[in-house]
Formats: sequence, structure tokens, C-alpha cells
Amino acid sequence: MEQHSIYLDNNATTPMHEDVIQAVHEANLLYGNASSMHSFGRDAAAAIEGSRAAIASLIDCDPSSVIFTSGASESNNTVFNIFREQIDLGSKRNRIVTTTIEHPSINELVKYLRNHGYKVDECPVDKEGLIDLEVLKGYLADDVALVSVMTGNNEIGTIEPIAEITKMAHEVGAYMHTDATQAIGKIPVTMKTWGVDYLSLSGHKFYGPKGIGVLAIAPKVPLAPFVHGGHQEGGMRAGTYNTASIVGIGVAAEIAQKELEEESKKLWDLREKLRKGIEERIPNIVVNGSQEHCLPGTLDVSFPHAEGESILLYLDLEGIMVSTGSACASGSLEPSYVLLASGVDIEMAHGSIRFSFGRYNTEEDVDYVLEKLPPIIKRLREMSTR
Amino acid sequence: MTNFMSQWVYTPVVKDHFMNPRNIWQEGENFEADGVGEVGSLACGDQMQVLIKVEDDKIADLRWLTYGCASAIASTSMMSEMAIGMTLKDAYNISPDMITNALGGLPEHKFHCSVLGDKALRAAIDDYLEKAGRENPFKGHIAKVICECKLVTDVQIEDLVKSKQATTLEQLQELTEYGTVCGKCEDQIKELFEEYKHIYNV
Repeated sequence: MEQHSIYLDNNATTPMHEDVIQAVHEANLLYGNASSMHSFGRDAAAAIEGSRAAIASLIDCDPSSVIFTSGASESNNTVFNIFREQIDLGSKRNRIVTTTIEHPSINELVKYLRNHGYKVDECPVDKEGLIDLEVLKGYLADDVALVSVMTGNNEIGTIEPIAEITKMAHEVGAYMHTDATQAIGKIPVTMKTWGVDYLSLSGHKFYGPKGIGVLAIAPKVPLAPFVHGGHQEGGMRAGTYNTASIVGIGVAAEIAQKELEEESKKLWDLREKLRKGIEERIPNIVVNGSQEHCLPGTLDVSFPHAEGESILLYLDLEGIMVSTGSACASGSLEPSYVLLASGVDIEMAHGSIRFSFGRYNTEEDVDYVLEKLPPIIKRLREMSTR
Repeated sequence: MTNFMSQWVYTPVVKDHFMNPRNIWQEGENFEADGVGEVGSLACGDQMQVLIKVEDDKIADLRWLTYGCASAIASTSMMSEMAIGMTLKDAYNISPDMITNALGGLPEHKFHCSVLGDKALRAAIDDYLEKAGRENPFKGHIAKVICECKLVTDVQIEDLVKSKQATTLEQLQELTEYGTVCGKCEDQIKELFEEYKHIYNV
């Protein structure tokens, strides 16, 4: 029997592009410390600066804005900590506004900051996971230091109106951060046109290496060193440069920029083929999120009367890899907070599956899923209490 | 070359029962049950129904339905194999530990939420005895004392949660006076209380 491996969990992480693997492999030989003055050091530094320029071009900012980090979680934490310091130093702007559907690296940080007495508001989203600008307006005033809203959601794929939100944040004198991790390589991301002050991204979500990301910081905004102990990255983040990974994320950025349009269309077509196929073949399902404002490769579906972890594991036994918002898969009793915050019923959240497409998926992959998924749902529903 | 092959999420026995669950109540199958038990809820992500036929105070046959994760399916399937042929007394004494051991173990966080088969089976036996108008001779025997100072048992706590007499820990303490002497049992009672609340969807 032919063994299938169909990877539909690209929002969790992506495989490295073959050009990235090659570049990382070659850059591993550039062992000079990029901070050294000698030629080996300069070679490494030149490779890093090349990558910085590629990132800047991808997200439309100055190369000097790009700071390399270990990934978007670090970048997100850093932005909040910059403002935490401002507040600690007595800033009259002492409130942070974010949303209920941010990535855990913000969502958990919000809980932590609140427990430590900081004022953080989470603006709710509508049933599509979309921020209502009128609702957001109610959270904004001249005591707000920072507004942080993700560009596209990792679970349901909803794309937020970042340019409009940035405008509103600036109108009350607040700074704007967006976690663009899921949007990179899927939709155009532009720091300058949107006007955002801080932007986070992660290499491994767009075919780059794991453990490398970026915090892009616009000129003349609050800044504080987040790792002390060296002059790297303008003294903001100490630590010997991770040359190979930085080179890797740069190559990934070049590819993402070059192939954006084509890639975006391909992902949307695959997503739509799967959505229509599921709707035709499986009764009683609900597609979560927004159909209109959705990252092209993301499809989140709830299957009532079939539990998410069971669906995931039956699919895995057929070689299909997905993720679920079910509580069982998270090790807690609560299902996905993103789905609940988007008004998805708790039972529906337990039965949710996220299919996320990437550049290596094909129409045949979708056909295979459409062959294997319906009997799994049917079987689980027959087994389920009624 | 380094070997990166992983094991499956659960033990091979769990995998077998997940892939080939035993004694499921098939759609359309006519199963005239003498007792029916149901625990859990769709909202908490695990719900279970157990139907039993009783002959000579033995579980003659059993069918079940489960909404839940792989370990919920496997543990109910395992319970069904264990229970068929058992006396009502032995069946009533099947514990989550026995099911988990027979499955070759489950991850810690799965143990509490997904092993509900024993409780659904007890509920089915309770139902059978009630319908037959008989006393329930088993209930007291399986009780375990949790608060030793005030002699509060797990069965007592379970009943109070199930009947919604105790919806908060404060109410439970008022009703049972648990933890009012040495206080050693507090953590365990809190854990049990949360578990029963989850199981009975309170």
C-alpha cells in the first residue's frame, strides 16, 4: 500500500524551501563571528546584511528597522516589554489595547501583565473573528500607549484591517504593533503604507528556518534593549549572530516576495476546493472565520458530533496531518480560546479542524482528503452519543 | 544517521481499541437494554452512554456510544470488554485505574477527563437496579474516604455534585465539613470536585 504523507498544518510550521536548506547549509560554513573585524567576520556580517535587506524589502521598511530575534514570540514579548518599561518609568499613557484572538505569546503575556497590575484591554471580535472598528474606538483614548492587533489569525485565518486600525491608534497618540507572522508570503505586508510602528514575524512560517524571526521597528519610536550584553542589533539585542538562520530567513523572504501573488492564488484555490468538497460531501458542518477576509491557505471547519482529537488522529492514521481546536489536544479542559472569542459554540470548538495549506500542497492532496475525511466523520458520528 | 521515527501518541493497545472499538451500539441495532447510564456532556468534550443487559446479576451484554477523544473511545471500548460477563458487583468496582492499566497506561492529563466508562457503567447499573425496584447494595462499598477527619467519601462528593447540591467548594464544605479539622485533604477534594463537575457538566 502506498504510504501517504499529506501535510496540511502549514500554519503550525512549514518545511524549509530547498533553496533555504541549501543557503543555510552553505552559511553554516561562514563560521566567523559577524562582529569580528577580520575577513571571516566581515563575510558573515555581509551575509547578514544581505538578509536584512531582503526582509526590509519583503515588509516594506528600512533595513535599519529590522532586528533579528529568535522568532515572533520573542518579538511580541519584546514590544510589550518596551511599553511595560515606559509605564514603569511613569508614562501617563499606561494602557495597552489588544484583542481576544492574539497568538498565545501575546494572550498569555496579557494575563501575566494584568496579574502584575498593568492595564491591558482586549477588544472583542465579531463572529468572523473580525475587529469592529466602532467597538475598537471605544477602547481608544489618550491614555493608550500601544495598540497590538495581529495581521491574520493563525487558527481561523481572519485578516484584520491593520491600516485603518493603525490610523485610529495614531489618532489617539498610541503606537501600533502588528504580529504579521501568519500573513507573510500570503498577503502583501507593508509597514510603511500601513504605518505600523512595530511588526513581528517568524521565519519558519514561510519556509525559512525555525528559531529565527524579526522585530521590525519604525524610526523614532520607543525602544529599549531587550537582551543586554553586546552591541549587536544597535545594542538592542545582544548575542552572537545566528548567521546560518539569518541567511536562511533572508532567502525565504526573497522567495516569499517574488512568488507572493502566484502563491496566494494557489493557496486560495486549494482552500476553496477543499471547502466546497467538504460542503458537498459532509452534512452539518460549519466553516469558521471569514470567507471574505481570510488568509488564503487557512480553512477551519467544525464537525458537530465528531470530536477534534479523534478526527485528527484518524486522519493521521491515513497520513493526513492537521490541527484541532479541541480541548483534548491541548491538554486542558478548554477548547480553543480563539474560536470561543469568535462566538463559536463550545461544542463546535471541540469538533473543529484546521486545514492549512502551503506551497508543496497539490490538488491531489485535496482529492485524497475528500476521499478519507467523509467516512471518518460518518464513523465518529455513528459512534457518538445521540 | 539519526533515527527520527516517533511512537504513536498512545500505547499500542489504545491504538488498537481506537481503530477497532469493541461493542459499539451500531446505528439501527436493536438492543433492549435493562439499564442505561450517561455521563459527561458535549460541552466538556466527552460524553458517554452505556447500555447493559443483565442476566443472573451478571452483565450479559453491553453496548456503548462515546463522543470524545481517542483515549475516551479506547477506554470505553476496553471497559466494555472487561465488563461483559462480570457480576454486577465486580462491574460496579471497575475503576479508572483498572481500565488505564489494561490499556497500558494513558498520559496524566487524559486520565481524569477521558476515562468515564466506569462511571457510565455504574450509572447503567444504578438505572437497572432502580428500574427493578431493588436496593443498591454496591454504592457504599466502592466509597473511598477522602477527608479522614470528617469521614467524607468520594461517592458522597460525587452525589452532591451530580445532584447540584454543591456547585461551589464552599457549598461542599458547608454540607460535608470537609477540611475543617486538619485540612490535609483540601487539594485532593478540590481536584475531585473539579473532576466531578466536568463529568456531570455542572
